[in-house]
Amino acid sequence: MEKLINEFSIGLFFWQIILFVLLLLLLHKFAWKPILRAVSEREEGIKDALAAAENAKKEMQNVSADNDRLLQEARAEREAMLKEAREIREKMVADAKILAQEEGDKIIKQAQLSIEGEKKAAIADIKSQVASLSVEIAEKVLQGQLDNKDKQLKLVDELVDEIKLK
Amino acid sequence: MQSSFVSNFLVGVFFFCLGPVLFAKETPSESGGPAGTKAEIKEYIAHHLQDSHDFSIASYTDDQGHKVHWGFPLPVILWDNGLKVFSSSLFHHGDTVAEVDGNYYKLYHNKIYKTDSEGTIVYDAEDHPTNTKPLDFSITKNVVMMLVTGLLLLWLFTSMARKYEKSGGVPTGVAKFFEPIVLYIRDDIAIPNIGEKKYSRYMPFLLTVFFFIWFLNMFGLTPLGVNVTGNIAVTMALALIVFLMTNFTGTKDYWKHIFDPLGDGMPWYGKMVIYIILVPIEILGIFIKPFALMIRLYANMTAGHVVLMSLIGLIFIFKSWVGGPLSFGLSFAISLIEVLVALLQAYIFTMLSALYFGFAAEEHDHDHDHEEPVLEHL
Repeated sequence: MEKLINEFSIGLFFWQIILFVLLLLLLHKFAWKPILRAVSEREEGIKDALAAAENAKKEMQNVSADNDRLLQEARAEREAMLKEAREIREKMVADAKILAQEEGDKIIKQAQLSIEGEKKAAIADIKSQVASLSVEIAEKVLQGQLDNKDKQLKLVDELVDEIKLK
Repeated sequence: MQSSFVSNFLVGVFFFCLGPVLFAKETPSESGGPAGTKAEIKEYIAHHLQDSHDFSIASYTDDQGHKVHWGFPLPVILWDNGLKVFSSSLFHHGDTVAEVDGNYYKLYHNKIYKTDSEGTIVYDAEDHPTNTKPLDFSITKNVVMMLVTGLLLLWLFTSMARKYEKSGGVPTGVAKFFEPIVLYIRDDIAIPNIGEKKYSRYMPFLLTVFFFIWFLNMFGLTPLGVNVTGNIAVTMALALIVFLMTNFTGTKDYWKHIFDPLGDGMPWYGKMVIYIILVPIEILGIFIKPFALMIRLYANMTAGHVVLMSLIGLIFIFKSWVGGPLSFGLSFAISLIEVLVALLQAYIFTMLSALYFGFAAEEHDHDHDHEEPVLEHL
């Protein structure tokens, strides 16, 4: 202890205090302050950047979820549209078929009707012709009877043949 | 890269450390024999541990028997009924009496005494000089080293700060090496001990004291042969600053902890009995803490220098082919350890300062218990 006290130098103590305090003040102003500020600013920057990246990631996830949803919707819509189109087509075809059937039926009916009419007309014609022929035959028969009996018979035969030829 | 630099550096340091010793001992001692050498080595070590008024790098005795000193003189500043400033070369390393303004001064064991024109020093019964000692504010070797270290620190760290400005916060060059250390002091010393809220107030001191001590410790291992941090005046100045900072920034809780540590936990008549013992201990603690800081740094650095120099001195005691390499190897190993100690002591000083600042700055949060500081017994 005595050695320590003996060794102690007031001058050195004095200079040490002065120099150290001076060094402390100078370093504080010109070194530690800017260094610590730069470091903490950088740390803040890193923190912010990380947070921003996290946000961006979340946003990306949202966007891709949106995309998926939109895609799904589009797909569903396409499906619906295709289905609708198919239905429309089938309906159109069915309608057309029905229409054609009806039209066909109508045409057939009309044809039948006209055939029927013509048949009737033909029958009526035949009937009138038969009547007129009968009348002619009767007339000719009556004319032949007036000449001779044989001749009359002959005529009848001829006429009958004639009818057959017709 | 770094480690190879360190090892090269160490080897260099070692050989250069050896240099002055070799020079000093080359003179065949008159007394001869190992006993004389031992005393000489002891004196040399004691001399090295002390501050000196000139910056000597090496000294030897030439063929004519004259002592030749390598180095340069430093200014001597005395307060002896007025300011006296003169060069230490006037003392001729203690051989002559310096005459300044009609006063005579003599250098004796690195201390300046006022004498008569003959340089007579009167001793008391215990061989201590009784001459008056003028107040000595000289720029001694240690002061020069502190100045050099201070300038080095200023240059290093202001250029580091500028690098940050230039590169926009990215550490480059010297900042790459020192940034982890600065961050370590902030994140692992200041914040855990002082707390997130108040640590920034103490950061400049902690950083400055850490690098100051570390650099001076490292300079102590160089061939310059300085022993700044192993000087009691230096460590006392540092401890005093810690003491003042601790007590001037002390919060109400800090003082309450000293004068009323039990608080409302006990009635006053119970506390009285305990406080008769407890309060003086707490008050003593205020002084013991920085005192321990002072002694710890001083003792560690001085011990390191003594061990290293004693081991080198063994070469001259053994004077054999066994002793030389043996002491070389030992002192080399000790040099390596000293490099670690240089860093460790700087760390411990900073750590404990932070711990004491933490005591001073603590504010009891009554909602929850604060964390108990660790390393209290270091």
